[in-house]
Amino acid sequence: MIATDIAAILPEVILAVLAMGALLGAVYTGGDRTTPLLIWSAALVMVALGVWIGFGMSGTRTAFGGAFINDGFARFAKVAVLWSAAVVLLMSLDYLSRCDLLRFEFPLLVALAVVGMMMMVSAGDLMALYMGLELQSLALYVAASLRRDSVKSTEAGLKYFVLGALGSGLLLYGCSLAYGFAGTTQFSGIIATAQDGHVGIGLLFGLVFIITGLAFKVSAVPFHMWTPDVYEGAPTPVTAFFATAPKMAAMALFARVMHDAFGAAVADWSGIIALLSVGSMFLGAVAAIGQRDIKRLMAYSSIAHMGFALMGLAAGTGFGVQAMLIYMAIYLAMSLGVFAFILSLERDGRPVTDIGNLHQYSRQQPLRALCMLVLLFSLAGVPPMVGFFGKFYVLRAAVEADMIWLAVAGVIASVIGAFYYLRIVYFMYFGEEREPLDPPASTVQWAVLVASAAVMVFGVVNLLGIEGPAAMAAEALVR
Amino acid sequence: METIILFAPLLGAVIAGFGWRMIGETGAIWLSTGLLFLVALLSWIVFLGFDGETRQTELFRYIQSGALDTSWAIRLDRLTAIMLVVVTTVSSLVHLYSVGYMAGDANFRDGESYRPRFFAYLSFFTFAMLMLVTSDNLVQMFFGWEGVGVASYLLIGFYFRKPSANAAAIKAFIVNRVGDFGFALGIFGLFLMVDSINFDDVFAAGPVLAETQLQFLWREWNAANLLAFLLFVGAMGKSAQFFLHTWLPDAMEGPTPVSALIHAATMVTAGVFLVCRMSPLLEFAPEAKAIIVWIGAITAFFAATVALVQNDIKRVIAYSTCSQLGYMFVAAGVGVYSAAMFHLFTHAFFKAMLFLGAGAVIHGMHHEQDMRHYGGLRHRMPRTFWAMLIGTLAITGVGIPLTTIGFAGFLSKDAIIESAWGAHSPAGDFAFWALVIAAFMTSFYSWRLMFLTFFGAPRGDRHTHEHAHESPAVMVIPLAGLALGAVFAGMIWFKPFFGTHEEVNAFYGVPEHHAEATHGHGADDHTEATTGAGDHAEGWMPGQGAVFTHPENHVLEAAHRAPKWVKLSPAVMMLLGLGLAWLFYIRAPGLPGRLARAQPRAYRFLLNKWYVDEIYDAAFVRPAMAGGRLLWRRGDGTIIDGALNGIAMGVIPFLTRLAGRAQSGYIFTYAFAMVIGVVVLISWMMIGGGAE
Amino acid sequence: MTAAALAFYVFAISALTGGLFTVISRNPVHSVLWLILAFLSSAGLFVLLGAEFVAMLLVIVYVGAVAVLFLFVVMMLDVDFAELRAGMARYMPLALLIGVVLLMQLAIVLGSWTPADGVRVAESMSGLAVPETHNTAALGRLIYDDYIYLFQAAGLILLVAMIGAIVLTLRHRKDVKRQNVMAQMHRDPARALELVDVKPGQGL
Repeated sequence: MIATDIAAILPEVILAVLAMGALLGAVYTGGDRTTPLLIWSAALVMVALGVWIGFGMSGTRTAFGGAFINDGFARFAKVAVLWSAAVVLLMSLDYLSRCDLLRFEFPLLVALAVVGMMMMVSAGDLMALYMGLELQSLALYVAASLRRDSVKSTEAGLKYFVLGALGSGLLLYGCSLAYGFAGTTQFSGIIATAQDGHVGIGLLFGLVFIITGLAFKVSAVPFHMWTPDVYEGAPTPVTAFFATAPKMAAMALFARVMHDAFGAAVADWSGIIALLSVGSMFLGAVAAIGQRDIKRLMAYSSIAHMGFALMGLAAGTGFGVQAMLIYMAIYLAMSLGVFAFILSLERDGRPVTDIGNLHQYSRQQPLRALCMLVLLFSLAGVPPMVGFFGKFYVLRAAVEADMIWLAVAGVIASVIGAFYYLRIVYFMYFGEEREPLDPPASTVQWAVLVASAAVMVFGVVNLLGIEGPAAMAAEALVR
Repeated sequence: METIILFAPLLGAVIAGFGWRMIGETGAIWLSTGLLFLVALLSWIVFLGFDGETRQTELFRYIQSGALDTSWAIRLDRLTAIMLVVVTTVSSLVHLYSVGYMAGDANFRDGESYRPRFFAYLSFFTFAMLMLVTSDNLVQMFFGWEGVGVASYLLIGFYFRKPSANAAAIKAFIVNRVGDFGFALGIFGLFLMVDSINFDDVFAAGPVLAETQLQFLWREWNAANLLAFLLFVGAMGKSAQFFLHTWLPDAMEGPTPVSALIHAATMVTAGVFLVCRMSPLLEFAPEAKAIIVWIGAITAFFAATVALVQNDIKRVIAYSTCSQLGYMFVAAGVGVYSAAMFHLFTHAFFKAMLFLGAGAVIHGMHHEQDMRHYGGLRHRMPRTFWAMLIGTLAITGVGIPLTTIGFAGFLSKDAIIESAWGAHSPAGDFAFWALVIAAFMTSFYSWRLMFLTFFGAPRGDRHTHEHAHESPAVMVIPLAGLALGAVFAGMIWFKPFFGTHEEVNAFYGVPEHHAEATHGHGADDHTEATTGAGDHAEGWMPGQGAVFTHPENHVLEAAHRAPKWVKLSPAVMMLLGLGLAWLFYIRAPGLPGRLARAQPRAYRFLLNKWYVDEIYDAAFVRPAMAGGRLLWRRGDGTIIDGALNGIAMGVIPFLTRLAGRAQSGYIFTYAFAMVIGVVVLISWMMIGGGAE
Repeated sequence: MTAAALAFYVFAISALTGGLFTVISRNPVHSVLWLILAFLSSAGLFVLLGAEFVAMLLVIVYVGAVAVLFLFVVMMLDVDFAELRAGMARYMPLALLIGVVLLMQLAIVLGSWTPADGVRVAESMSGLAVPETHNTAALGRLIYDDYIYLFQAAGLILLVAMIGAIVLTLRHRKDVKRQNVMAQMHRDPARALELVDVKPGQGL
């Protein structure tokens, strides 16, 4: 029994063991000098695992008495998490070395966080959920304050930690209510108790608290307050990581819990998630307008995008989940490109994040400015770009689920949100002359930026085939 | 061959328009002109060698969606062949003429390249016009219809530095939109009823449509009548019939060759062509036909009256065109489509010639267009004078009465007048008298033009007169070519167009049994013929042959049997008009002024073109402008902009500031927000009915 | 009322009291002491449940180590808690309102609480089945058999916590002399010392 269980979680085991081995190796050999090697090998391992999980596995298997589920949905999320984490690692290298942040613990923390995320998306049990969540969160808390001699960075880590503890507490309280009602922590057991249509009020309270905890992780309004401060304070590579893989994992976990454990009470939670969605979309759009710091701006942008992804979830249908997965995949691709751009912004050898520095950027770097233009248009959801199709999918899911008001709100919010994306475009192309930025050096960042922009343009053809896997993943989750 | 005819002008347009930098201005001009002459030659070969059998050549599929199945196809029948000849002949001669006319133009600056553009437009127009006449379905026809509209717009506004030219171009476009709206509605209606817009299906459906009712504008209509009327509205717009004629005189702002080609010979006759083309439908729509006769007769009369007093040489000819188009519609409306086509055919030659002659005069007089400043030019430009004289003889209908010897206009115009008499209907009778009076006025204003321009003493600027000169050869040769048509076209083709029923049917490729069936039904056994659609299908089918005439339609025979006084009346009127014009402008030049002073009301009424423009201005233009201004200033400016600006610049920044303030940076604020969020969510769930 | 029931209420009341005063006491040192009381009371509750092993773990790990560590930290850090609470008064009315609403909603849940069908809930302390096996063995079986996955995950979490602590606090200071045990142990007298035969009156 244990052998088949281990076989089911082999990718996670491999990643965790390699991380621990690398930790020992790095401590006993070169210390921080091994970091580039560690980053490259960690990224390669993640990419390889992603390929293995994505193409070498099939079917649905549960392990450890139902605590771990390996199905199509989990695999979709894992591949997205692994690959985006790998890309973030690779494009961080240059930045970290120039900012003297090349700690060998960074790739290890990322790898362990990824292990936590993989556990999250495979969770089949409230306890497993919590363990994965905490493993991920703890690694992220540390990563946020990686630049420990910077007040902002440590403040970011501390804030994230304290609020994360509060969020975890709310989640745990919800879990205990659910356990108290259902008498089991397994998702399959919880859904079985509500199968006859009657859902106890205790379970619903548990549900709301669990949603609260999960909403904190996806930074949905009103549990988003940590996001801008943490994004701004954390070192930029860490911010890039925050904005990508954990969001995917948390959103997948959200869908997992809602459908696997509370699939019988769709009517009860879809309204709540719709509320979160509307709040996030509008706050993300409105608050970002006032931001001058591009990292803060991206924080609000990610809040808004999470609102859109939640819209797909709020539909409560299989198509909604598919739309959410497509949206998240597109969001990851866009965010990676944008952060590759942000990582390359420097003046006099120091990273800059104020959008005022982008004035007339198109004169200095026409190709990069063009890529960024494409990405920003895509983020805003301007039609020929792929970002539009993500929005189109979630809006369609909402409409098909008879949530017209939600779709209308989404459209209005995206119109408001377009303002701040287009303002950056305006600065880049029509701004006034300023002191130019340093010419960017990193090839990896350049490649990621160009590739991401290319995906936004050429993905129009068939969304690069993402629909099929997303549909299969959604089907595995919503039966 | 038809494909070459169709696409050679397009090729010329593309090369002249986009490639003239490579082959040079002169190269572009001569290339497009040469292609047009080739096309004209081919067209004549097609026309003369055509056996009357309808041929369809599919080029490629265009739209296939549900029942809608459209392809680009060439439909070659007698109507198409006639139009091919008319279009390509006039177009090629106008191309040649333009080489001289457009050589130096004061409306453009030195070194500015405008000639390749002009020739590209001309060739493009020719292509669109050919597309229109060769179409095999209504969509393709609509394409050509709009294509010629675009070309017309571009060419009227060719002198884009003249505000009046731009205004005229816009006016032409907008007035045509009104007509096109009707045309489009007609196409939609036909598709709704017949489920196809291919001509074959539409023609075959004529008898059925006559029996069908159609719900439109809150009441039931007879489908055939309604659809025929809607299509005629389109024709009215394009052919400048009364109510929608106002754009044509203004269109004279364009260069004169354009006026000759588009606004005399070809585009404006597209409406007549459409009506003839739709004859299988029209024959089942008696009310619509009556309307066509009324409108045509009114136009012929109205335009002739206005032409009496105009002083601008081109405007006189423009109103004359308008009037002649009215003639053609009368013929089509009474059911003698071949007579309409006959007049279209001859009119193209002599009217194009009149325009080109007027252009030569204008060219020679340094762009002076007011006839009051002409006079005595016969000595200065003799060749132009002779050309104009032939044109005038043709338009006024000079010929030997009761024979078929005469200028082109004599034969075709008389054919129409006789047909109107032969209709024996209230509309026909009205049309007959209106057309006869119009013929008198035609003669008067045509000779007035001649006398004012070429006879008498030179008036106006002496310097201009001294420098008045004959036009170069490239401008005179086209005049000679058209003169041939103006003299002989009527005599040569009188029999096929307006001979006996058998001759006409053979010309148009209408099958023999149709003709027999027609003879089988005499005028006497009226009751049997009216039994309706039941026996239509067995004997003959509408749509075989280029035009279709109902078995009960005996107007052609009736016209031939018209009494002598009917046949003589146009000739008499022509002589009267000539005499009066001679009296007014040669014998006693003071008379017209005295008459105008004696009848100031009538004079001003005519001079101001029956105040139609003013009425439209008050009824449509001003209210539309006022409405537009209201929506712009109040609706768009105040309400929409105001609301958007209010939201975008007031509400959103306020919310942004609010969100920024909430982001205090203190952990306890954040935690507090989370707790509030939990409470809100729980309350939402409890109120939202989640908890039973 | 049996002795067990009496003990339950005593421990329960003292645990709640300890928790409450941990939050509201003004002196942070007092807070930690109240926390220790709460831990001890919980340990007592575990004993009543027959879970002696967990009870002892609580006493040793939480009371003995964690709480004492807290105490040291609180005493060494000079944090002015009064200042932190300064803003509390401003938010008090709204906070109270929120608290009351939340409390009322939770009361509704409590009032209408019914577990799902087929879920067995113990009616009283005496109704609990005392495990047959030895406490430690039962725990071991659960942790290493049924929940091995979660246990290992918890291990990873602790590893991350360790790494985090080291990453955030360990500083290699260059200006401090450190003892190098290996170097000390591998010192070779032959190389460390050089015997020089000094001739009297000459010096080196």
